[in-house]
Amino acid sequence: MSAFVAIVKRDLTLALRRKNEVITSVFFFVVVAALFPLGIGPEMNTLRLVAPGILWVGALLASMLSLSRMFATDYADGTLEQMALSPNSLSLLVAAKILAHWLLSGLPLVLLAPILGLQFDLSANALWVLTLSLLLGTPVLSLIGAVGASLTLGVRGGDVLLSLLVLPLYVPALVFGAGAVQAEISGLGASAHLSVLAALVLVAAVFSPWASAASLRIALES
Amino acid sequence: MFSVSNLCCSRGEKRLFSGVSFSLQVGEYLHLEGDNGVGKTSLLRLACGLCPLEEGQICWQGQPVSENSDEFRANLAYLGHQLALKEDLTPLENLLSHASIAGRQLSLTDAKAALARLGLRGREHLPVRVLSQGQKRRTALARLVVSTAKLWILDEPFVALDPAAQNALSEVINAHLASQGMVLLTSHQAVSLAGQGRSYRLSA
Amino acid sequence: MIQKLFFYASPQNFYPLAGKLWPVFACLATGLTVWGLWLGMFVAPTDFQQGQGYRIIFVHVPASWMSMVIYLAMAFWALLGLTFNTRLSGMMTKALAPTGAICAFLSLWTGALWGKPMWGTWWVWDARLTSELILFFLYLGHIALTSAIDDPRRADKAGGILALVGALNVPVIYFSVKWWNTLHQGASVSLTKGSSMAQVMLEAMLIMGIAFWMYAVAMALYRVRSIILVRERHTQWVAELPEVRAQMIKNTAGGANA
Repeated sequence: MSAFVAIVKRDLTLALRRKNEVITSVFFFVVVAALFPLGIGPEMNTLRLVAPGILWVGALLASMLSLSRMFATDYADGTLEQMALSPNSLSLLVAAKILAHWLLSGLPLVLLAPILGLQFDLSANALWVLTLSLLLGTPVLSLIGAVGASLTLGVRGGDVLLSLLVLPLYVPALVFGAGAVQAEISGLGASAHLSVLAALVLVAAVFSPWASAASLRIALES
Repeated sequence: MFSVSNLCCSRGEKRLFSGVSFSLQVGEYLHLEGDNGVGKTSLLRLACGLCPLEEGQICWQGQPVSENSDEFRANLAYLGHQLALKEDLTPLENLLSHASIAGRQLSLTDAKAALARLGLRGREHLPVRVLSQGQKRRTALARLVVSTAKLWILDEPFVALDPAAQNALSEVINAHLASQGMVLLTSHQAVSLAGQGRSYRLSA
Repeated sequence: MIQKLFFYASPQNFYPLAGKLWPVFACLATGLTVWGLWLGMFVAPTDFQQGQGYRIIFVHVPASWMSMVIYLAMAFWALLGLTFNTRLSGMMTKALAPTGAICAFLSLWTGALWGKPMWGTWWVWDARLTSELILFFLYLGHIALTSAIDDPRRADKAGGILALVGALNVPVIYFSVKWWNTLHQGASVSLTKGSSMAQVMLEAMLIMGIAFWMYAVAMALYRVRSIILVRERHTQWVAELPEVRAQMIKNTAGGANA
């Protein structure tokens, strides 16, 4: 357990000393949320309709931007090797890395979303559901993204390839996440959507560290 | 007791080596020699378990490593070409986090003492990126000082070290051998260590 | 029986077997396609709602079926490869991927071609078409990943993990897209809306389905032979193959003339 905490602590310390990981995600999210109205038009009724989708896609893309960095630096400086040689299970250590990634790239988006939602004139209830859906959904994005990041570690064209691999797998989270907010807006209630999201988090939390660890070992073989 | 038998390795379609076997008892070291490109690093990585075995077997304490891999890894310290240091952390932070990840308890005083032993006193609180190449290597070597692992697998540990640091490292390795440790290392230079030592020449 | 399976797990033994089998499947595929298309184009009655244009389902539906079956086959080979660490499994997965991608692409195109005369739009965000699009991306991703990795063993293993992860996700993706679609009451590419399907139509679709399947098997076997030759090119048995020897002679003769 202390290995888990040590990795989270280390990644957080490193990110806070460099700061650009957090800032990149946040900045991208803000910019995307501002660009869409500029592209669609200022008509508030339209914007209110498309807001859940825009905010969710923005969060999804922002989260995806930092995925390639999840394991890349550790792979380059040999830290990943040492993690693979540790008597602690690699799945556990990978889970720690995913948690750190989410804290740095996902959680800021969750906290920022209600503020951006105000730009689209979402009601208080909708904002609440938006935050909740992102709170449940962004961990899924980090977890699934980890599998993609570990498969493309050190591969040519890694970033674009990573996006291609991971976006189809993101679809369920996107559908239920944005769908939750839309359900809330249309008065149908978001509990079903949020339950499915919670289920996705649980399933991903079980499978992703294990699949990522297997992929990392494959990457370390060469 | 550590032994490998009948190991082979291919890079792409080229077979680097095959039929490699040797063993290490406590207090012994093995100096792996060979020309550049013959596969010394690949052999060390195979021995660590980073690469899967296509043929042959690796045994730790008489059992195949596939059966007691946790115990094997708990007793293994590997220093490869990459230093596994985080440039934005201090040597002290690097040492402490590495020990936690490797599942070992390390106190602050022990960590500081280890860094001092390798000539880094006064530099423990600087970020690693401002240290010189030799100082970075010494930071990586400090991991060995605090390690409780019985088997050390070292890939070119003496490279980029000045004579004082080389002496310090030899001292560290000798102390390890004297306290029931084993060392497998590669080096292009002649290796003069105390304790029982052998050479193994790897050829194509 | 198990011994036989392990015998053919070696590329050296599988190569001649694939060489003997693929023409058989190719003939079956051709024959069934001709029969199926004849049934579909000429024998099946005109649909009273959709006119002649509906006949494209005889290509669209089998293509969709096969795109899913091939993905499952890839996942199966991936599982085999990761469990038993056999080289051939990775090669089979690699051989299947392009055919699967083509089926998915064909399904999307024929879906669009069907949609235009029927509903006036080239694309419709129907649950099945959207899932098909995502499946197409999964195929592209797999091909891109295995092509980008230089080391063939690593490419096989990474592709295997991706195929398995994808296969496990496909039901989830389909379910979520279906949910998404029902909320938004869009047009649906339905086959049995209104009338019940005529017996002949069903027959024709099944025959075309099997025809596509035979085609996929033939292509996979044919392709895997090339992959085996490339991967095993440094071995003795490949150098001794008559076709390889003939090519070598041609190369040296051509070189001598140049």
